[in-house]
Amino acid sequence: MNTILTAIAFLILAPVIGVLVTGVDRIITARMQGRVGPPVLQPFLDIAKLFEKERVGVWQAPAVLIFLHLAFMVVTGLIFFGGGDLLLAIFALTLSEVFLVLAAYSTRSPYAHVGAGRELIQLIAVEPVIILTAVGFYEVTGSFAASDIMNFSGLPVILLPGIFISVVCILTFKLRKSPFDLSTSHHAHQELVKGVMTEFSGSTLGMVEIAHLYEIVILLGLVYLFFVGNPILGVLAIIIVYFLEMLADNSTSRVKWLPALRGAWIITLILGGGNIIALSLL
Amino acid sequence: MAYLSKSPWILHYDASSCNGCDIEILACLTPRYDVERFGIINTGNPKHADILVITGGVNEQNRSVIQNLYDQMPHPKVVVGVGICACTGGIFKECYNIAGGVGEILPVDVWVPGCAARPEQIIDGIVKALGILEQKRADMSRAEAGA
Repeated sequence: MNTILTAIAFLILAPVIGVLVTGVDRIITARMQGRVGPPVLQPFLDIAKLFEKERVGVWQAPAVLIFLHLAFMVVTGLIFFGGGDLLLAIFALTLSEVFLVLAAYSTRSPYAHVGAGRELIQLIAVEPVIILTAVGFYEVTGSFAASDIMNFSGLPVILLPGIFISVVCILTFKLRKSPFDLSTSHHAHQELVKGVMTEFSGSTLGMVEIAHLYEIVILLGLVYLFFVGNPILGVLAIIIVYFLEMLADNSTSRVKWLPALRGAWIITLILGGGNIIALSLL
Repeated sequence: MAYLSKSPWILHYDASSCNGCDIEILACLTPRYDVERFGIINTGNPKHADILVITGGVNEQNRSVIQNLYDQMPHPKVVVGVGICACTGGIFKECYNIAGGVGEILPVDVWVPGCAARPEQIIDGIVKALGILEQKRADMSRAEAGA
């Protein structure tokens, strides 16, 4: 019963939390650059505006695929916060990303195609860590079910420090932040125009943005899972991790795709893999 | 409702400007003026843009480019011509390769004269354009409701 309530709470509250997180992100980013920055609700205003605009598109396929991207992102969150199987949630998340890539490929714009290719590379870079995370939680708590992990009384991070650090590194990919914003051109708009999102406009782009709000909450939920025994420590960890992501975002420029892929895999193998091996030896 | 004027995204195109007005537009994004306070973002993508800001007199080679960019922007949209060259062609008006101001090819909503146009003037122009943008959105939704 409790898990159903958290799932419903996720459905309603995730966009609100996502808007607040991205709004604060934009203000702090502006302060880091010596500016004042937009109001906290600016991400909401942007999305509301996108739904007021005309949707330009030669055909319907991208809009349908983007809707599926959003739908599976919501499904991921429902599985995750509803206490379902962690592996199932990860597969739903991947499926959601695949729909975004398919949508970009279906637009036939060269910029969108380059973005989609880079998005796939990012997916390949990120996926091993996320699966290792699930394996790590299984090693610690003896279950893949998110409800069992949430009822775990200890701090999984004590046994999973390597995996935690690799998840923090991977978050920069997932939150589409520099230096790993290869596929969307988060800051440097002119190089790739806007990567995967180049051809989406109006409500289609609005759906991408909403899906991203859900994604942020899911990823921050994953960070929280490492500190599940102590809620205060968990919230503190989320704030610190997100601040580190913003700091990295503002102090680095973009890397090429090969160093990004290599970096992600080296971290995965050494920290993540080493952590799992150490756990199995204990 | 009126979300459009709270989140105007700008597409800036340099139609053979001398770079004088361009750096003034970029100055609007810097800490001194910080137009992101008003939700204004400089995008590079016509599909995401609401306001097309053009600097410089239009030359014969980028005539079709500007038309193409304008056509790719989703409705409602406005055009702002920044600098005296964008308004009339300026000192380049009589050159053989210059078509004249942006008004020659696009319906311009706001003119921002000056050589170079000052950031304060540019921000004023954009704010004026927001009113027109809001008017166009109202017309659009009325047309949709009527159709």
